[in-house]
Amino acid sequence: MFMKQIIDIKNVGKIYEGEKGLVNAIENFSMQVEEGDFVAIVGPSGCGKTTLLWGLTGLHNFTSGKAYVLEEEITKPRREVGIIFQQSNLLPWRTLIENIYFPLEIMKENINNYKDRIDELIEGVDLTGFNDSFPRELSGGMQQRASIVRALSYDPKILLMDEPFGALDAYTRDEMDTLLLEIWSKTKKTIVFVTHRIEEAVYLANKVYVMTARPGTNLALYNINLPRPRPEGITMEMAFFDIVADIKKTIVKDVQAKKEAGKYRSQEYSTIA
Amino acid sequence: MGSKDYDKELQDKIPDFKEKEEEIPSAGSFDISSATSAVTIHGWKQILGIISVAVIVIGSWELLVRIFNVPTFVLPSPSAIIRALILSLPNIYTDFLFTLAELVSGYVIGASIGLILAALLIQVPFLEKIITPYILLLITTPTIALVPLLMLRFGFNIGPRIMAVALAVGPMVMINSVTGFRRTDLAKVALAKSYGASTSQIFLKIRFPLALPMINVGLLVGGIFGLITAVGSDMVGGKMGLGNKLSYYGSLARMDAFFGVIILVAATGISIWILISWIGRKWASWKE
Repeated sequence: MFMKQIIDIKNVGKIYEGEKGLVNAIENFSMQVEEGDFVAIVGPSGCGKTTLLWGLTGLHNFTSGKAYVLEEEITKPRREVGIIFQQSNLLPWRTLIENIYFPLEIMKENINNYKDRIDELIEGVDLTGFNDSFPRELSGGMQQRASIVRALSYDPKILLMDEPFGALDAYTRDEMDTLLLEIWSKTKKTIVFVTHRIEEAVYLANKVYVMTARPGTNLALYNINLPRPRPEGITMEMAFFDIVADIKKTIVKDVQAKKEAGKYRSQEYSTIA
Repeated sequence: MGSKDYDKELQDKIPDFKEKEEEIPSAGSFDISSATSAVTIHGWKQILGIISVAVIVIGSWELLVRIFNVPTFVLPSPSAIIRALILSLPNIYTDFLFTLAELVSGYVIGASIGLILAALLIQVPFLEKIITPYILLLITTPTIALVPLLMLRFGFNIGPRIMAVALAVGPMVMINSVTGFRRTDLAKVALAKSYGASTSQIFLKIRFPLALPMINVGLLVGGIFGLITAVGSDMVGGKMGLGNKLSYYGSLARMDAFFGVIILVAATGISIWILISWIGRKWASWKE
């Protein structure tokens, strides 16, 4: 079946002018995402995953290569692309519902046209009754669920997620992963999900791009052929373990190659479990 | 101009999501929660405690003055002060209104200019670095010292006194507001930008609310500075005002009436503090 390519990244790179000289964050990274797909990117901390997503959002430019969203080169933030940050990034001076309306307010949309949709989304993430609460009154999981509703409020086609559940405890994180898959199957969004947890990537995505440490570049691409919807307990089955182990082996091999070449710095891999 | 700055910031900085709060020398800046909690009263036990301290202090003051027969011109008893205050009220209420008018107009002018200047200055970081030392100079120079100068030029009426109050309030509001506006939370700016926010939207919906607690601190400290300057200007300027009455009763050694005026000044100060910190708690006290 032919599917439209909604994101096309060709050999992008980004070099920062840091205080200690140039920092090469990403180099020659390529990725294609089809409409409605769920793609995960894994890699060690500091491999430029966030840089990549900010580039895709149009928050900053790549210094080399080309990146297209909906067949148009990315030059500035676009309505079709929503981003969810590492932290919920809710505005502490606004109530939950005011936070959810925030994108619509910026876009000068008539909020009334979106109220029903947003009420439904709030119910979907089980936040009914908290409209007037301030972020500080909500748990970390609730805050991140609110930020998902905020990102979906204006109905973008593409959802970029930057380690969105990284700050949550393990139980909440698993719950959020399941919730995210529910939302994905309901809304048919295209999702690009960045994480350093390989298990999470394999559980969620159809495709897993593996990045190397800084400068981040393509190391491998895995197609995950696990059943959809994911059966309960799949994370404890051999088929699942095999894929996870395979990815970990690839990363270990890369580390070893770098060690032999004398280019290895341990702290860059510190978050790989 | 401002939008370019954000763009540059987003271009050049590796996204790390840590709130950056550059420290600049800011006079009289402190945590708003400590400022407002000073007037937050919780429960009857605290109220009872506060009242009993007042009763003990005032009671023993009264008692000691009576026992040792201290003359009024050395230390008047509390009852004498209250009596003198009530008796002199018909004489001093116009002075009170005069000082209040001086304070309120000077405060409004100074605070508005300070706030607007801060909002403008923050758009040009280089200019801000050049001007900040001069603002500090204005804060550290007692504005009362400028009153004779202002009077030579503008006469002895309320005008130069309003200027003095504005000069005391403005820099205080400004320097605290600048500190507030400097709280650039890159993640929140990025959030707004990802929805296509304009520079003015980022200012109004992100930077201004982020700065509000510090602006409130500036308004609070500025209010007290303004009162000090207003009373001081009256002392220097003569003719009218509570400060003038202080000099007058002082020179006559009428300490009971003198203390009565001080009560009035103190009550004004406390009212300012309560009013502005109440506004702050209501509108500018968000917490992470």
